[in-house]
Amino acid sequence: MTQVLDSPDGGPHPSGSADPVVVFHGVSISFAAPVLESVSFSVAAGETRVLLGPAGVGKSVLLKLANGLLRPDRGSIRLFGSEITKMREDELFPLRSRTGMVFQESALFDSLTVRDNVAYQLLQEFVPDDEIDRRVREALTFVGLEETFNFYPGDLSGGMRRRVAIARALIHRPELLLYDSPTGGLDPVTSTTIIELIMKQRDVYRTPSILVTHRLQDAFMLCSHRFDQNVGKMSKLHEGEFDPGTTFLMLEEGRLIFDGSLHELVHSDNPFVKEFLE
Amino acid sequence: MATYLIDRTAKNLVFTLQDCSLFAWQAATNLFRPPVYWPEFLVQSDVIGVGSVPIVLLSGFFTGGVLALQSASTLAQFGATAVTGRFVAFSMIRELGPVLTGIMVSGRNASSMASELGSMVVTEQIDAMRALGVDPMRRLITPRLFACTLMLLFLTIIADACGILGGACVTIFINRQDGTQYFHQAYQYLGYPDIVQGLVKPLFYGFIIASIGCFHGMRTTGGTEGVGRSTIQAVVWASVLIIFVDFMLTQLLLTIFS
Repeated sequence: MTQVLDSPDGGPHPSGSADPVVVFHGVSISFAAPVLESVSFSVAAGETRVLLGPAGVGKSVLLKLANGLLRPDRGSIRLFGSEITKMREDELFPLRSRTGMVFQESALFDSLTVRDNVAYQLLQEFVPDDEIDRRVREALTFVGLEETFNFYPGDLSGGMRRRVAIARALIHRPELLLYDSPTGGLDPVTSTTIIELIMKQRDVYRTPSILVTHRLQDAFMLCSHRFDQNVGKMSKLHEGEFDPGTTFLMLEEGRLIFDGSLHELVHSDNPFVKEFLE
Repeated sequence: MATYLIDRTAKNLVFTLQDCSLFAWQAATNLFRPPVYWPEFLVQSDVIGVGSVPIVLLSGFFTGGVLALQSASTLAQFGATAVTGRFVAFSMIRELGPVLTGIMVSGRNASSMASELGSMVVTEQIDAMRALGVDPMRRLITPRLFACTLMLLFLTIIADACGILGGACVTIFINRQDGTQYFHQAYQYLGYPDIVQGLVKPLFYGFIIASIGCFHGMRTTGGTEGVGRSTIQAVVWASVLIIFVDFMLTQLLLTIFS
């Protein structure tokens, strides 16, 4: 039987303790062909939802719908309690600035230094330089890249760019994090480093998130490990223990075919889920 | 089949025109609502304005020279080589200065805007900007639009001056005519309507260059190949539109000032 793990500070896990941060209801979107069809799910406060599925099923599209970068053809999306599908672009900016997004290919601004990339939101808000420097160093320390402060994105490796993108997403203390294949195309060691950062954000700051991935090992690692603040790295949970706030969604050809815990995922009778897990 | 193709092409053209007009309108009206990114406006003014000075200097100078060469031989048949200065000044200020500067700047800057913005689109930097709560229209497009419009005015004045100077060099050193007479003719017969015509046009061309360049950049799809396609389309459409608008504007301004 799956055991439920208490939160790292010993208190109750915030999952399900407040209104959902994101709610999708019957969301459909098409480009040349239908991409998502009638997708419904929600992300509770403190919850990490891992979105699984093979390439091209609409995972990244779903993520972009969550913060209004794309608009659905049908259905409703609520972000922080506000219906965003009918909002004008300028009304969406304040909501988006409360979210952090890590893009598949990092999407760092090539012409800006790492400092200016990470501080991009703060620069727009005319935060004093001293405070910007302090917060950027803090964010870069969080991802273990403080030495890259004055580097340009072109000077960084793929894994380092991804970590800088995470630092950029975190600097504004977001209330929701959206990770689009953060470990895609990275070697196993770097992937583990990235997953550890995501876990750290989950367990230390309790930020709700949606993580898009097609790498099962990353998803399982998130469930079976926790970030230990005392030793400053992740540690494996006991056998049979899983993080209760980390749950799964699975897409197949634009339809949501699974929504549940790791336990339910591995015991699912759905042939596509079974095939995907195998 | 042919009817269907014509129908589809016409509809696409109309929709593109509509999208481009709405895009330009939104970019233009953003200047009157905060936030306005003035530092970015100064950066773009430097990139577009100062960066284009060498090509505008050279093209203006040699165009004026060619005008003087061509006109002198024709005017000589009527014994009117004395009016070379007037001819060169009129042609440069009313027509060639604005149009040539527009086309030169379009080749340099519409392409750079389309490729820069296109690269940002395909690498999701535009989406990242939106996700960070910053409006790319305000941050990237509006400063380029106004910097290009304003800078093209100054670049045209530089091109006009260089063209008249180039004509003077040819008149004095090649055609062996009197320089004082050249400048006297160039200055004496120039009226305010000519100056106004020459200074109104670049405002339109600058707007066209930036809006077309940015529009094609922001619509880029299909990776790096798409960036190349957007760049070509931006330069082609901006150049063609400059010549078309020049025809319309000339007709309008001649009617107003006649």
